[in-house]
Amino acid sequence: MRTQLIGIAVALSAAGFAGAALAASEADYKAALAKAEAADQQAHTLKNQWTTTEDELKEAKAQAAAGKYDEAVKAAQHAEALANASIAQAKEQEKLWPDAVVR
Amino acid sequence: MLRKLFIAGVVVAAAAQPLLAADAGDPQADFKAFRKYFTERFPKVPLNDFVNGPYSMDEGLRKQWKAIDAFPPYEFAVEQGKQMFATPFKNGKTYGDCFPNKGIGIRQNYPTFDAKSGQVITLDVALNQCREANGEKPLDYSKDDMAALTAYMAFTSRGKPFDIKIPNDPRALAAYENGKRYFYTRRGQLNFSCASCHVQSAGDHIRTEVLAPALGIMNAMPIYRSAWGGMGTTSRRLRTCNSQVRGVPLDAEDENYRDVEYFLSYMANGLPISGPGARP
Repeated sequence: MRTQLIGIAVALSAAGFAGAALAASEADYKAALAKAEAADQQAHTLKNQWTTTEDELKEAKAQAAAGKYDEAVKAAQHAEALANASIAQAKEQEKLWPDAVVR
Repeated sequence: MLRKLFIAGVVVAAAAQPLLAADAGDPQADFKAFRKYFTERFPKVPLNDFVNGPYSMDEGLRKQWKAIDAFPPYEFAVEQGKQMFATPFKNGKTYGDCFPNKGIGIRQNYPTFDAKSGQVITLDVALNQCREANGEKPLDYSKDDMAALTAYMAFTSRGKPFDIKIPNDPRALAAYENGKRYFYTRRGQLNFSCASCHVQSAGDHIRTEVLAPALGIMNAMPIYRSAWGGMGTTSRRLRTCNSQVRGVPLDAEDENYRDVEYFLSYMANGLPISGPGARP
């Protein structure tokens, strides 16, 4: 019984430690935001930003301001993914748009 | 010898392949193809009726429009624009001094290609150039004052056919081609191009709205939109289109917007100015 209790305590402690290790820090947020903003800037250069990217960037900043870095990192990563998709769209469309021309 | 003849035959055959309009950079070929597409797809719509946008596509909407047009919602803007147009700048000159025919009945000639700057100049840009040349601050391209001025100028040009020129200047052709590219390029998270709605889906519904055909879509500008509860310039309309497909709008009168207006207005050459328009 005692052994079992010790085992449970060890397991809970490990889970708690893992949870603490997974929590995002301000530095994590800043790194994620920098990557997202760099991708968004590239989309801006291509004149092909998406409104949803901008929404996610705002969300990331709002969550960070509230000290919620897990949510902030998640939103920044989402913004980066959206920005990358808009960049891919712009590059793809450079080749594909002539296919749609009325002939 | 046989080999040479074979190669010569291949070269001749390749040269004889008809170039497609989009590949050749041939605005006149684009014009013909564009016109053919819409007139064949909507054979019951009289050519000049395309300038009435969704009303040319839907009988119920047309009835509502006719009823609304008894007291046109753009009337106040036309009156305001008329007053603004006639009011002298601080230096005593007026807008009329900047334009041919004192600015009356000239809407159909814009956008125009300016050889000096190498840029497409829309009527809205020409109005701001006029203001700045006379020591006045430019107007906001998306706001009511610009809409009122262009509404008045369109009103004085009603019925006059679009007469957009692409001069023999590679920069003018490049601007036209850029406008065409912008029109057919998909953008925004919804992955729509201008053509997705106004070519492929013209006459179809998005929720309760009937999508206007691209042919003649510039003839009604500027427009009063019930959805806005007010007047809107071409810039405002284009920016709204971008937002609706979840794309970040460009700056008003961005080069791409001016060029797409150039392309679409050229496609509507010969069709009458119907602006200012009223839309749901």
